[in-house]
Amino acid sequence: MSVIKTEGLTHVYSMGTPFQKTAIENINLEINEGEFIGLIGHTGSGKSTLIQHLNGLLEPTEGKIYIDNEDMWADKSKIRDFRFKVGLVFQYPEYQLFEETVYKDIAFGPKNMGLDEKEIEKRVFESAISVGLAPELIEKSPFELSGGQKRRVAIAGVLAMEPRVLILDEPTAGLDPYGREVILNLIKKYHEEKNKTIIWVSHSMEDIARFAEKVLVMNESKIFSFGTVEEVFRNNKEIENIGLSIPQITKISRSLSEKGLEIDSGIFNVEAARDSILKLLKKKEG
Amino acid sequence: MLKDITIGQYFPGTSPMHKMDPRMKISLTFLYIIALFLAKNIAAVGFGAVFVIVCYWISKIPLNMIIKSLKPIVPIIIFTSVLNVFFVESGELLFEWKFIHIYRDGIIVSILMSMRIICLIAGTGLLTYTTSPISLTDGIERLLGPLKKIKVPVHEIAMMMTIALRFIPTLIEETEKIMSAQKARGADLESGGIVDRAKALIPILIPLFISSFRRADELALAMECRCYRGGEGRTRMKVLKYTFVDFVALGLVVVFTAGIMGLNFALPTVM
Repeated sequence: MSVIKTEGLTHVYSMGTPFQKTAIENINLEINEGEFIGLIGHTGSGKSTLIQHLNGLLEPTEGKIYIDNEDMWADKSKIRDFRFKVGLVFQYPEYQLFEETVYKDIAFGPKNMGLDEKEIEKRVFESAISVGLAPELIEKSPFELSGGQKRRVAIAGVLAMEPRVLILDEPTAGLDPYGREVILNLIKKYHEEKNKTIIWVSHSMEDIARFAEKVLVMNESKIFSFGTVEEVFRNNKEIENIGLSIPQITKISRSLSEKGLEIDSGIFNVEAARDSILKLLKKKEG
Repeated sequence: MLKDITIGQYFPGTSPMHKMDPRMKISLTFLYIIALFLAKNIAAVGFGAVFVIVCYWISKIPLNMIIKSLKPIVPIIIFTSVLNVFFVESGELLFEWKFIHIYRDGIIVSILMSMRIICLIAGTGLLTYTTSPISLTDGIERLLGPLKKIKVPVHEIAMMMTIALRFIPTLIEETEKIMSAQKARGADLESGGIVDRAKALIPILIPLFISSFRRADELALAMECRCYRGGEGRTRMKVLKYTFVDFVALGLVVVFTAGIMGLNFALPTVM
C-alpha cells in the first residue's frame, strides 16, 4: 500500500518575478509502507524542495500529494496533521534546539500534537533510547552537549512524534566517522524495529548502497531514476553521465569485468564483491 | 516570503551614475536635499522633480521604482498635505464651511510639500539603487574621516555597518530554515492571539540568537586570524578616486541649485 503518492508535483519559486525558478517538475512518485529509500542528486536538483512538499511545508504550484490516499492540501487548516504523519529532520538539526532541557526539547513536537503528559513522557524516553541518549543527559541543557549528542537530541525530537514516514536530510553531514556510523545504525535499527518508512537524503553512494532498499535519483528538477539499489546502480553509466558517482566497489567490479574477468559489473556492496571474487578464484584454481 | 525583502535595493548597472564615486554621490544627494528645501515655489520644486527624473533616466533605473519606494510613506504625504490645506491661512479664501476655511496658499503649500517629500524619497532612493551597500559604507567612512580627529571611531562604525549589511541575507535564510524546522515539529505560527503568537516565536528566536552569537564569534576569530587590527594603518585594495564623471555631476548639481535659487527670485514664493 502506498503511504506517499504524488501526481504531477511541480513547484516554482518566486513565480512571476525575474527570479522565477522551477525547483521540481512533474514528479510522480509512489512510496510504499515500510520502504527505506535513499534520495540522491546534486545540490539544486530539487531534493530539498521535494522533501519539504512531502510534509506540507511547501505548497505545490501544481499537482497533488496524497498521504494514505488523503489529499494533503484539500483542507489547508488540517495541514499540521500531515506534518505529524511525515516527520522531517532537517540538515544540521541541532541548530533548531531551543529549550532549557533535553526533555523539554524532545517534548516540543508531541506537545504540539496535543498529547497528555503521560504519553509525552513515554514518547520522550522511548525516542531518547532509540537514538541512544544516556538517561542522565535528559535533564541537561541541550547546549551543554557535544555536537553528535545535540544532533541525536534533534532527531529524537522528530521521532517522538512517531511519524509514519521519517525523512532525514543528510543526517550525518559534518559528523566524524564514528558519529556517522552511530547515526546510520540507529536509523537502520529504527527502520527494522518499527518498520517505518524512511526517506534519507545522502551524498554518499556507499552509505546508500549499504543501507537503503530503494534509490531515488533526482536530476535537474526531475526524477532521473527510481528503483531498487541493484536496478539503479546497474545502470551506472547513466548515473555517471549526470555527474554522480557510483559506489567505489561497483567501480572496481566494473573495471575488473572490463579487463575480461567473469565478474558481475553490477555489484554494489563489499560482501557481494568478496563472494564473486572468491568464486572466480576457486574457478581458476579448480 | 522573507526572501522578498530586499535591503539596500541595489540595482547593478554600468551607467555614469553607477560609476560615480560614492563620496560624491552622498555629498550631491545632500546638496540636492538642501536645494529642495530652499525651493519656495511650485516651479522650483517642479524643476527638482524634473532633475531627479532625468537622473533616473540616466541611471536606467525604472521609474516605477519611485512609486514602489513611495508606497510606505503615502500616509505621511496625505497627512502633511491635509494639515497644510487646513492650517495655512493666507491668500485668497476659496472655500468656507462652518469652521473649515481653505485658502489659495494652503493648497499651493500642500502641493509643494508633497512634491518635496516625493522628490526627497526619489533622490535618496536613487543613491541606494545605484550604489552597492558596501561602497556606500566605504563612502561614508571616507566622508566622516575628519571626525577621527575628535576621536569618533569612524572606521569601526563603517565596519559594523558593512558586517551588518553583509549578514542580513544570511540571517534571513537562517530564520527561514529554523521556521521550517519548527513547523515540521508542529509549531503553529499562523493562528492564535497576540500572546500565543509571541510565545510561538520563542522556538525561532532562541536558535536564531544562538546562531548569531556563534557566527559573531567565528567571524571575530576569522578576522583576528587575518590580523585585523582596526582601521589604523589599513590600506585599501580599491582606493576611491574622483573621476571626470564626478566633476560633471558636481557641476550639474551646482547649476541645478543655482536654477532653484533663480526660480525663487523670478517667481512669487509662498512660505
